[in-house]
Amino acid sequence: MNSINRRQFVTAAAGMFAGAPDLARAATVRLPFDNGERPLVQLPQKRPLIGLTTRPPQLETPFDIFNHGLLTPNDAFFVRYHVSGLPTTIDPARFRLSIGGHVGKPLSLSLAALKRDFPRQEIVAVNQCSGNSRGFSDPRVGGGQLGNGAMGNARWFGVPLKALLDRAGVREGARQVTFNGLDTPPVDSIPDFVKALDIDHARDGEVMVAWAMNDADLPFLNGYPLRLVVPGYYGTYWIKHLHEINVVDAQYDGYWMKTAYRIPDNDCNCVTPGQKPDKTKPIGRFNIRSFVTSHEDGDTVRAGAPTAFRGIAFNGGSGIARVELSIDDGASWKEARLGEDLGRYSFREWTITERLAAGEHDVKVRAIGHDGETQPVSPRWQPAGYMRNVVESIKVRAA
Amino acid sequence: MSRRPVLLLLASGLLAAAPTARPREYTLPADSVPAALAGPQGEVIVNNCMGCHSLDYITSQPKGKGSQFWRDAVIKMINVYGAPIDPADLDALTAALQTQG
Repeated sequence: MNSINRRQFVTAAAGMFAGAPDLARAATVRLPFDNGERPLVQLPQKRPLIGLTTRPPQLETPFDIFNHGLLTPNDAFFVRYHVSGLPTTIDPARFRLSIGGHVGKPLSLSLAALKRDFPRQEIVAVNQCSGNSRGFSDPRVGGGQLGNGAMGNARWFGVPLKALLDRAGVREGARQVTFNGLDTPPVDSIPDFVKALDIDHARDGEVMVAWAMNDADLPFLNGYPLRLVVPGYYGTYWIKHLHEINVVDAQYDGYWMKTAYRIPDNDCNCVTPGQKPDKTKPIGRFNIRSFVTSHEDGDTVRAGAPTAFRGIAFNGGSGIARVELSIDDGASWKEARLGEDLGRYSFREWTITERLAAGEHDVKVRAIGHDGETQPVSPRWQPAGYMRNVVESIKVRAA
Repeated sequence: MSRRPVLLLLASGLLAAAPTARPREYTLPADSVPAALAGPQGEVIVNNCMGCHSLDYITSQPKGKGSQFWRDAVIKMINVYGAPIDPADLDALTAALQTQG
């Protein structure tokens, strides 16, 4: 049962899809919510992953991957696009990254120049979709019905955005920087997918333009040849196939900033389920999350024997201070041991060994950040299903 | 606080720009009409929606969301995204999405 995924099972589906011969041999997984059956699909440079949509392609990482090391392999990394006009050919010799707008000297950089003429930078950082775990929203909301696999942790390598902006010479009065990729909408009336960061954020020395992840070129579906890396921020800002950077002297008001990817502008970034927020703002940093990766819901362990639990935790950049496990449905908590520190934007491993008495146990995990933030016991709700970070719980039977 | 996460690499030997002159190509997988929408009742969905996106966007949505959920979705596609949907199809499309989606 552990070959694919916790809370998911593989169906050898031969014969199940009579009338759909193209799926007849496909394996499927079932995400643990209604209408959660998904095909396992294999796209170029990827191992079989959980298919959400075909055009544009969206793939989710099977959860068991997160139990095998802190870095998510490139061929298992999740994929999310918005508009279906993907580039079909990218010639690295002819590709150019432009930096223009409110600058003194607009630049048009080849990949060779980018790799030759600027300082290099490396950072381990989690990328997570704003709507990761949306399928668990209650009540359910429209949008990509994801389990917990629209996240991944990688070692990103490239050039600090600050170095590019400094070379172009940001002019007085600059307010924001916009980012555009080579993917285009299928019809002209759909707003192109362009995102913006405040100028100070863009120049913080951490935001970067990456050409490699985990010591290899970016896979095509993760943004080859360049993507923006915005440590601690949701994936919506991590523009793929990045080819156009524009400095602007006003608040950018494109659709994907002004209307989409908005969250309730209040202390909890949440509303009463079913309600609409009075005020919204663009989504920003991750909230804190933690997961058990060593066991899945419904597992059985040996009663009274040591059971080694393992998992991951991460947040928006303050770093993980503490992770605690409860084997009694939250009545008591015990501190887990933290593993290797790959930096405050990375997954942090945690481990703890417990002996479970015979019977069924609600095993819960919660993390506490260096900024004091922890996870809510009951889920917060947003109309768009963003930012789920409830304390995760699995049932484990000891026998 | 944890250590500073960013490592500036001065040594240029690491991951040196190995020029890969070969253009990278990506072929989109073909998408097909899901079995749930293959019948005559799915026709209005296939005709209006498949121009812009694959139909698994529809079939993977939660079941039982009701007429307003789907009507809002269609109106958003028309008003926000300028989808080439015939306004005369709004009712039929909503009804089909509610039962087939």
